[in-house]
Amino acid sequence: MGSAAAGALFAGSLIVALALAYRPLGDYMHRVYTSPRHTRVERAIYRLAGISPDAEQRWGAYARAVLAFSALSILFLYGLQRLQDRLPLSLGMRPVEPALAWNTAVSFVTNTNWQAYSGESTMGHLVQTGGLAVQNFVSAAVGMAVAIALVRGFARRKAETLGNFWVDLVRGTLRVLLPIAFAAAILLVAGGAIQTFAEHGTWTTLTGGEQAFTPAAAASQEAIKDLGTNGGGVFNVNSAHPFENPTAWTNWIEIFLLTVIAFALPRTFGRMVGDDRQGYAIVAVMATIFTASLVLTNWAELSAGGTVPQAIGAAMEGRETRFGVSNSAVFASATTLTSTGAVDSFHDSYTALGGGMLIFNMLLGEVAPGGVGAGLYGMLVLAVITVFAAGLMVGRTPEYLGKRVGPREIKLASLYFLVTPVLVLTGTALAMATETGRGAMLNGGPHGFSEILYAYASASNNNGSAFAGVSVNTPFHNTTLGLCMALGRFLPIVLVLALAGSLVRQAPAPVTAGTLPTHRPQFAAMVAGVTLVLVALTYLPALALGPLAEGIR
Amino acid sequence: MSVQTLGAPRRTPGNARRPGGPGRAGGLLDPRQLARSLPDALRKLDPRKLWRNPVMLIVEIGAVFTTVLAVLDPSFFAWALVAWLWLTVIFANLAEAVAEGRGRAQAATLRAARRDTVARRLRDRAARDRWDTVAATELRPGDLVVVEAGEVIPGDGDVVEGIASVDESAITGESAPVIRESGGDRSAVTGGTRVLSDRIVVEITQRPGESFVDRMIALVEGANRQKTPNEIALNVLLAALTIVFLVATVTMQPMAIFAKAANPGVPDSLALDAHGVTGLVLVALIVCLIPTTIGALLSAIGIAGMDRLVQRNVLAMSGRAVEAAGDVSTLLLDKTGTITLGNRQAAEFLPAPGVPAAELAAAAQLSSLADETPEGRSIVVFAKREHGLRERPPGELADAAWVPFTARTRMSGVDLDGREIRKGAAAAILGWVREHGGHPAEEVGGLVDGVSAGGGTPLVVAERVNGRARVLGVIHLKDVVKEGMRERFDEMRRMGIRTVMITGDNPLTARAIAEEAGVDDFLAEATPEDKLALIRKEQEGGRLVAMTGDGTNDAPALAQADVGVAMNTGTSAAKEAGNMVDLDSDPTKLIEIVEIGKQLLITRGALTTFSIANDIAKYFAIIPAMFAALYPGLDTLNVMRLAGPQSAILSAVIFNAIVIVALIPLALRGVRYRPSGASRLLSRNLLVYGLGGVVAPFLGIKLIDLLIQFLPGMS
Repeated sequence: MGSAAAGALFAGSLIVALALAYRPLGDYMHRVYTSPRHTRVERAIYRLAGISPDAEQRWGAYARAVLAFSALSILFLYGLQRLQDRLPLSLGMRPVEPALAWNTAVSFVTNTNWQAYSGESTMGHLVQTGGLAVQNFVSAAVGMAVAIALVRGFARRKAETLGNFWVDLVRGTLRVLLPIAFAAAILLVAGGAIQTFAEHGTWTTLTGGEQAFTPAAAASQEAIKDLGTNGGGVFNVNSAHPFENPTAWTNWIEIFLLTVIAFALPRTFGRMVGDDRQGYAIVAVMATIFTASLVLTNWAELSAGGTVPQAIGAAMEGRETRFGVSNSAVFASATTLTSTGAVDSFHDSYTALGGGMLIFNMLLGEVAPGGVGAGLYGMLVLAVITVFAAGLMVGRTPEYLGKRVGPREIKLASLYFLVTPVLVLTGTALAMATETGRGAMLNGGPHGFSEILYAYASASNNNGSAFAGVSVNTPFHNTTLGLCMALGRFLPIVLVLALAGSLVRQAPAPVTAGTLPTHRPQFAAMVAGVTLVLVALTYLPALALGPLAEGIR
Repeated sequence: MSVQTLGAPRRTPGNARRPGGPGRAGGLLDPRQLARSLPDALRKLDPRKLWRNPVMLIVEIGAVFTTVLAVLDPSFFAWALVAWLWLTVIFANLAEAVAEGRGRAQAATLRAARRDTVARRLRDRAARDRWDTVAATELRPGDLVVVEAGEVIPGDGDVVEGIASVDESAITGESAPVIRESGGDRSAVTGGTRVLSDRIVVEITQRPGESFVDRMIALVEGANRQKTPNEIALNVLLAALTIVFLVATVTMQPMAIFAKAANPGVPDSLALDAHGVTGLVLVALIVCLIPTTIGALLSAIGIAGMDRLVQRNVLAMSGRAVEAAGDVSTLLLDKTGTITLGNRQAAEFLPAPGVPAAELAAAAQLSSLADETPEGRSIVVFAKREHGLRERPPGELADAAWVPFTARTRMSGVDLDGREIRKGAAAAILGWVREHGGHPAEEVGGLVDGVSAGGGTPLVVAERVNGRARVLGVIHLKDVVKEGMRERFDEMRRMGIRTVMITGDNPLTARAIAEEAGVDDFLAEATPEDKLALIRKEQEGGRLVAMTGDGTNDAPALAQADVGVAMNTGTSAAKEAGNMVDLDSDPTKLIEIVEIGKQLLITRGALTTFSIANDIAKYFAIIPAMFAALYPGLDTLNVMRLAGPQSAILSAVIFNAIVIVALIPLALRGVRYRPSGASRLLSRNLLVYGLGGVVAPFLGIKLIDLLIQFLPGMS
């Protein structure tokens, strides 16, 4: 079997598996977020934390809860890193430097998981498991909670409240993420990933050699790292590490985990607004962009090598032999399209156009399918913007799912859209304009510029992956990238919740023949078109000076 | 039962015209109009006026900046660019000036009607023969003024005493006089109109300077035009896009400096030097990317939308109402005058058992000869057409005694040669027959019920000869649905609008007419409270409701409706309550108003899409022009094969400016709107303005490049 055919089979079977999971997982999450009953464990948690789980919150209270929870998480994580030498299970690691600790704390709380450090030489077991892994769960659950709050904004009529953040957070963690991650971790252990709290020692590698090595509870971290679209690996080389991602089939499972929740959430959305077709339309937009990106990245990677590089193995630079070019490209596309940032190959080694494609994936705003929750709310905001232009063209005040898109709604949606381009571009420009900023580049010329662009695109969109060449563990980059991550996460969240708050108050307009149907291919195509055109127009100058300048000959 | 239509000369919308409106019919752009508006366009360059339009303000700032650059470092390219940037702003101002100019001619005509008038103000309410002569501008609400034949009514108000014929041509453009009388629904008079006969006392209802004519002038001139919610929303989106493109171009600078430094062998050019992209090119790129096309035309579209309504003799009190019209999903239409012709007509004679058809026809005709109501006339016409009975003027029967209709007897007829013929409502006539010893046959009741069940109005005809009365038969009076109504309602349904017929008829009659006319629903035996309740119910379900009305008792419903169109013939209360006034008093115009509202929104959406889609081609022109010298591979993006960097950049800027002028006619006329479902409408507009917006600039820029590449310094 040729590598293209093998790649097609690998990607094809993934898409089929995701399609099969769409309904059951989407329906299950619908039940999770709409059921009035609390489990015994949940009730205990609410009692302990002093939360009254049946009290609903308006958008402002919901947003304050999200921000307070996240702020506390950042503080806690920062403290844990700074004090790790005085706490147990530190493996003898020193306290983490302040700038790096801030960067890492923000990074994990914002679901970015940008890692300016090397896991095995910086973080002990306690920070990894009690700090970072916990955030892998809850930061993902926060994203889902915000998405569900926005969906409630569409689904409810003439209401004031959007649900209860604490309940959404707890249920997302306990009922969705935990069970799936548990099952996945066992599968990964079966595949050869390690799971231990042991101290340093000598280990037998996959090929049978002996190696001195700092172990970790890798399998459990790996499962939630992927499932929650986090991406922060316990080991420096992330999913390329044989103890994180041992075989081709664990690679397949990891990609599946990256995308499964984000692709199933549109089903939950469709169920909650009482029209499954709306969910199909949104998932169709995501799947179209996703598939197009897979094909283009594979095309760039497979066609660029040429006979000689293939023969001497040069096309394999930065990739693991057990995955190969094509499967690595699939993982790379999936990780950049889902705001995960886990890597099983080094994006810096990709062809200029392939690497450009990965940057473009992130610049899309992480919506196809995007991070867990974040992808859905990002896509719904784009749908609102699309509806505005399309709605005008059918001669009515635009409405989406019966909710009118007026000045307030479009203001919030426009601001949402503005946040990441402003962060990515000003961040990149700032880095390029300063000596310290430019110093992080490994390469010169357009490729070096791509490294910086990649870093700010990754941080602002909460992706977390990096072009490997860049060395960003400097106070300048730790601070600016940390700011990009925090603003790129919480500004959109507040805007989305405000949008939900303004939608939830409306009584939906009834559907008539004059209403723009938002479940047909026509509308789905238009959302995809608007997404691609807006992003292309925003970033074309930057892309022209980086990947395009390098890639087009 | 029958209403004489005194006022309200109905006109078909096609020949609706207003005095003094030059060349308004097609909405085509007259080059002279452009020239006339030029001074206005130049005046609008004042930044204090331009700040309301942020997109164009940025273009102007860019124009000023490049002018400074061109002065410091002159070149042909620099000055050509400066000239076209200024033209871009001027073209945008021109669009607005032209739109406003069209209203100005109308305003001039209206101002003539507002010329200073003198009022005769009554000193007190009791004494109607003592007055002071005051200027019309001094009148306050509540003042009573006397107006006699030949005088101009000094202000808006209601007739509280008397009846007069009034020439309202100054406002409506209609020369036939209308009747205005105290009490009832035809009491409103408008300041500036002229009393032709008789004498009336008018109670002034307006405050000084807020008369109907004042408001009309302000409206057609577009003065203190408020932005509508939808316009605000669109402006927000445009502002966001402008910011994105500003950020994208400004942040490009450090990247460009780095790229230039990385390629030290490449010489400086007009587009790129060691300080990055030159100021000239940076401004050109910003102007090409920000949505100038829609930014330039947005206010013209709004003004032209109001203007299109004015052309159809409808005055919208706010732009908000016009937009709401596009969103309407329920239309309440009065049956009489809107759906039906306004009067019933004889459709059938149904003889009682044992009565020959000809005898009934003769009696029916005879009884109606002196009946001047439309129903009476229709009986005579029907008898002639169906039974060959010659129409006779009532005077021909010298010894006939005509019995007029009264509300008490509820019948009319004639006494002739000892024979009494009566026709009227079934209950009244049957009572009359019994009273005079007759025994109406069972079947008559069946005939009456049959007519009612079919939606008709039964009139029973009876005679009394030699003291004995008997029923001759039943006349079937039928509501005649206006021609073409069914098609219009089908059209409405395709547009997603539900039509509800409002009538005072009983449910049976109402149902029959509703079915015949093809409306979706009806409200029978409707009281004003029912109407109001219906509107509230529809709005509760999230629907926007439009209705027409003229009477004072319509006022609450008009105020509650999202679009309330008051008839100009109606009362002041109705006109105050509604948010539009139809000067033609044509209730079917609601349908056109809805279409105009939709057209307004479509035009905005289409031009926004066009504007954004244009950016793709502009990037393909400008990016290679800026960077192909550094990275030759980027010349692949120069798909148009433009001659050189300077000509590429200038071509894009020229195209950007020219497209504004080219689209002014479209902005003024509005995008073509054909009633159809939303999906088909969207497909069509996406194809024309989305795909067209992508393709057109590729062709346009290439064409301009072919022309200007031979100018000095272009390659």
